[in-house]
Amino acid sequence: MADTVVRTRRQPAAPGAPKGVGRLPRAAVHHPWWFALPAIAVFAGFFLVPNLLNFYYPFTDWSSYHADIAFTGLDNLRTIAEDGSLLRAIRTTLVYALLAAVFQNGFGLVLALLLEDDSRFNRFFRAVFFLPVLISALATGYVFRALLDQDGAVNSVLGTDVPWLGSTTWTLVIVTLIHGWKWMGLSMLIYLAGLKGIPHDMLEAARIDGAGPWRTFWSVRWPMLAPAVTFNVTTALIGSMNTFDIVQATTGGGPAASTEVFNIYMFRIFGQGLYAQASAMSLVLFLVVVAVAIPLVVGLRRREQML
Amino acid sequence: MTPVWRYGRPALVLLLAGLAVGVPLWLVAVTSAKPQAEAIRPNLDPPGHWQPAANYADAVSEGEMLRGLLNSLLVVVPSVVLVLILGAGAAWVFARRKSRLVSAAYAVCISGLLLPPAVITIVMELRQLGLANSRPGMIAVYTGMYLSTSIFFMTGFIRAIPLELEEAARMDGATPSRIFWRIVLPLLRPVVATATIMVMLYAWSDVFYAFFVLGGGDRATLPLNLYQVASAQLYLENWHLVFAYVVVMSLPMVAVFLVGQRKIVSGITSGAVK
Repeated sequence: MADTVVRTRRQPAAPGAPKGVGRLPRAAVHHPWWFALPAIAVFAGFFLVPNLLNFYYPFTDWSSYHADIAFTGLDNLRTIAEDGSLLRAIRTTLVYALLAAVFQNGFGLVLALLLEDDSRFNRFFRAVFFLPVLISALATGYVFRALLDQDGAVNSVLGTDVPWLGSTTWTLVIVTLIHGWKWMGLSMLIYLAGLKGIPHDMLEAARIDGAGPWRTFWSVRWPMLAPAVTFNVTTALIGSMNTFDIVQATTGGGPAASTEVFNIYMFRIFGQGLYAQASAMSLVLFLVVVAVAIPLVVGLRRREQML
Repeated sequence: MTPVWRYGRPALVLLLAGLAVGVPLWLVAVTSAKPQAEAIRPNLDPPGHWQPAANYADAVSEGEMLRGLLNSLLVVVPSVVLVLILGAGAAWVFARRKSRLVSAAYAVCISGLLLPPAVITIVMELRQLGLANSRPGMIAVYTGMYLSTSIFFMTGFIRAIPLELEEAARMDGATPSRIFWRIVLPLLRPVVATATIMVMLYAWSDVFYAFFVLGGGDRATLPLNLYQVASAQLYLENWHLVFAYVVVMSLPMVAVFLVGQRKIVSGITSGAVK
């Protein structure tokens, strides 16, 4: 800690003057560590420790069927790999996250561009499009199940009989559309802030140079939105890998497990008492998130600097 | 600005708002006022027979709504307070001190922004600590999960506060605790509004972690009760009760948003785009 910079600007330490009270450096006196300790303790105790335990329990036979827990090596991973649920969960979650991020950001950006000017009309409708963010994801799921059930409102209005939530191919896409709908208001706000941060002279200059709306968007606004894109894409991708409520409320993982993302699988298997197997899936989710998040953040940051 | 855009834009906004937000909300509103026979096959028709009062009363009693509301408040409010106060203390140290150790601790503490909580082993740990199926356990889990968010937002915010404010107080003989409570915390007010709404948004509607930590039973929160109302076999087609429940459950969040709208919007946006 000896290299701690003394940040007092007003009174540069006169030669020979004490560097702090007693032998402690100034930073330690003015901003003592113990202010950070409660937060570090709770975070370590209830976030880091479970994640560390998650590197041990997948390799045991922890379950509700017997009291003792013994080391069993790779048995659990072999089980979930052989019954196909491992690859299916990885694929379903990645497709879900990708589509949800595309829809959430697409809807959010279109809304932000539509409601960009600061008029009373626009402010009102920004609040309207933010409403879905405030409704719980579980409730959102039930609303859309009532709309999209085969006996539901959409089929009754259109006079059709489409099983919206019963297709092993397309239902996943529909559920991600619902996810995009739920969170588009948040992306919209962040894109609006990004648009507001673009200097007015720059848009004026583009206009004088004869750039139309399309050209202005692609050459000026879109590059200037890079930080907002980084934030939105990262939070949308990572957040939707942790999805549960919307899927559980609309399809419960079906039909034929075609929408069974990681958390749905864990919930189901945990309910059957196979704790170690659920923990193995949780470990795989952790590794997949890390494998996606690190290149994503690094890549998007680099993109910001290049634009 | 072309005339097409000038008149087309508001028309498009109205159309989108009507289809994307209006239709789902309308469905919730009318279904929650219908008798069960009409609500079994949900549609957009206005109720033939209005009985909102009976439905809402049923949802309140059958969904254990008052108990759920109390349970939700008893875990969400302490979690939010802890996330804010503990987060502010840590953010202050992380923003003001400079050393490898501090940067490393900061990096670890904000890792929860990206990493998923290990929900299965959380259950294991809470059982060993005797906190399984308890409110303190749930509060600890929520606090651990959302501390990263508040530390991240607050550290960025404190770095922008001039150090001179603290120095002036120090000259007057204020101790670090006094400086923290009397100067740093009050200055954090704008970011506190944002952090509050973000944590509330997630914790108020969370059902996944509450399942594992609280389970059903006496301590079930509002979303857990909603899940039980909606999945119980007996109520399988009880859309009128489900939606009455959804309306009551969503109202507190909408109220919070309407009260703090301006602060929330500016807070969410200023923290994100840096």
